[in-house]
Amino acid sequence: MRLLTHNMLSSNIKGVTNGFPLRLQVEKSVEKEVDLNPDFLKNIFPKIEWKALVDASHALGYPELPDDAEPSMLDSHDFLKKFHHALLELHVEEGALICPETGRNFPINKGIPNMLLHEDEV
Amino acid sequence: MMFQAQNSFGDISGKVVADFGCGCGTLGVASALLGAEYVVGIDIDSQALETASLNASDLELDINLIWCDIKNLKWRVNVKFELFLYPMYLIDVGKMVDTVVMNPPFGTRKKGSDMDFLVAALKVASQAVYSLHKTSTRDHVKRTALRDFNAKSADVLCELRFDVPQMYKFHKKKEVDIAVDLWRFVP
Ligand SMILES: C[S@@+](CC[C@H](N)C(=O)[O-])C[C@H]1O[C@@H](n2cnc3c(N)ncnc32)[C@H](O)[C@@H]1O
Repeated sequence: MRLLTHNMLSSNIKGVTNGFPLRLQVEKSVEKEVDLNPDFLKNIFPKIEWKALVDASHALGYPELPDDAEPSMLDSHDFLKKFHHALLELHVEEGALICPETGRNFPINKGIPNMLLHEDEV
Repeated sequence: MMFQAQNSFGDISGKVVADFGCGCGTLGVASALLGAEYVVGIDIDSQALETASLNASDLELDINLIWCDIKNLKWRVNVKFELFLYPMYLIDVGKMVDTVVMNPPFGTRKKGSDMDFLVAALKVASQAVYSLHKTSTRDHVKRTALRDFNAKSADVLCELRFDVPQMYKFHKKKEVDIAVDLWRFVP
C-alpha cells in the first residue's frame, strides 16, 4: 500500500464520524522506484491532507517531509523529489491501519489493506 | 473500452483511476498500460486481488489494491469553501480519483447491485465513470443516474454482445449471450 492510498482511505465502520486519518502501523515496508511526474504531483498536491502524509511517512521511517507545505514549494525540485518519494515510492507490505475513533485494526497483508467489515459494523 | 476512454475523452493518461470490482485486474491493468499515473483496484474477493497483483507484476506494472466491499467504501471527503475567490461556490478539492472504470456484477443474483456500484463510483470520481450495464436496463440506468445520483450526463457509447458461458451457475435461464451497453457518466 502506497501513501497516496492511505491519504484516500477513511474508516468505514458504521457510526464513525471522524475516520481519517487511519493510524499506520508498519511491520514490513519496501521502496520501489517510479518515474517522477511533476505535473501529476502539482495536480494532486492541493488534494493531499499534508499532515496525514507527513505522519504516515514518519511511520515508514522517512522523516524528510516538512511539517507544513504550500503550493509555492512545488517550484523546488528538491521538494518535489521528497513529495514524490513519500507519496509513490514507499510501500507498506505488512502492518495495519487503525481507526482513530474506535481503535479497530484493519490488517495490511502482501501490500493489500483489508477494509472488509464485520456484520455488526455495516 | 479503456481505449475509447483514453482516445475519445482523455480520461486515463496521467490520471488517478479506480477499478471497482477489479477481479483479476483487467481494466486496471489496461488503464496503467494507457498511461494512468495511479491505479487503485478494489474487490471483495481476496483470491481475485492476488491474481490481479500477479498479473500486474507480470507486466511490470504496479497497481494498488484494496480488499473492500464497494457498498461499504468510504473515502475521505474534503470540501473547502473558497469564499474569497468564488463566493458561494463549494470547491470540491477532495476527490482524488479522476476516473472510475468498472464491469460491475449485473445484479443477477441480487437485483440492482450494478446500481450500488454506480452510486459509489459517482461519489468518488471527479471526471468520469465508465461502466457496463445490461441493455435491457438502459432507461432505468439513465433515469436513476441523472435523477437520483445527480450525474451531469449519462451516455451510451456503444452496445456490446457479452458471452456468459457457464459462469453463473445460479442463472434460471441459460443466458448465453446478452446485450450490454458501455456507458460514460459525468459526475
Ligand atoms: C463481472 S466481474 C468483473 C471483473 C473485472 N473487472 C473484469 O472486467 O474482468 C465483477 C467483480 O466484482 C467483484 N464484486 C462483486 N460484488 C462486489 C462488491 N460488493 N464489492 C467489491 N467487489 C465486488 C467480484 O468479486 C468480481 O471480481
